[in-house]
Amino acid sequence: MKQMPKEYYELLEKLQAVDFALVELTLYLDTHPNDYQAIQQFNQLAQQRKHLKKQYETAYGPLQQYGNSYSNYPWNWNDTPWPWQV
Amino acid sequence: MWIYEKKLQYPVRVSTCNPKLAKYLIEQYGGADGELAAALRYLNQRYSIPDKVIGLLTDIGTEELAHLEMIATMVYKLTKDATPEQLKEAGLDAHYVNHDRALFYHNAAGVPWTATYIQAKGDPIADLYEDIAAEEKARATYQWIINMSDDPDLNDGLRFLREREIIHAQRFREAVEILKEERDRKKFF
Ligand SMILES: [Fe+2]
Repeated sequence: MKQMPKEYYELLEKLQAVDFALVELTLYLDTHPNDYQAIQQFNQLAQQRKHLKKQYETAYGPLQQYGNSYSNYPWNWNDTPWPWQV
Repeated sequence: MWIYEKKLQYPVRVSTCNPKLAKYLIEQYGGADGELAAALRYLNQRYSIPDKVIGLLTDIGTEELAHLEMIATMVYKLTKDATPEQLKEAGLDAHYVNHDRALFYHNAAGVPWTATYIQAKGDPIADLYEDIAAEEKARATYQWIINMSDDPDLNDGLRFLREREIIHAQRFREAVEILKEERDRKKFF
């Protein structure tokens, strides 16, 4: 198992926390499409998420591919660790 | 289409190598009420369900794939350092003979996953009731596994998954109400 620095886990968990709130709000809004406050919160978190994604990818490489993330040279999508290796 | 994201939905940690717990957990990988069945059930029902709940089935189905990856990670971490002797002691000897440490879609008793675990009646209310029942069964299974487990790190991840089943059941219940409302409105006008 690849040893990752403490900061990696901290940033990853930050991203997981925001993404969890976004998943939760997504399912909620699927059945409560008229909740204005929830949509406001959703959009705020979506913006926060964008910043975190950028921060994470700059330090640890792409989260997604097919062009949803940029690539370094050489191609770094294949780089470990994969999620089950940390 | 789907796009993979290179991270787990929630951190998965295990305290020690413990193939016995992996044997139980496989129930949620390839069992009747497991995460594979859940993902395939909802994603398959989407095509014929009323428009109002397609989004919900898509999003819960996709989240189930993330849960499948968490279960796989748990099993992987619990077994990766196990010796054949330890696997045998845990009752995984038959699994080892067939698959070594590879994961496989079967239940805790070794019965391979089958499409007969999932339903698609084409009747939206019947399908959603099936989904609610599946979530409640998955929640119960997580509780039984937590009861069998003495690994606090693993249990943290399992509790997260158990709570998700409660939310999914809740959202499916709301979907039933949305469809009933729509049906009743059509009757009046
Ligand atoms: Fe679920």
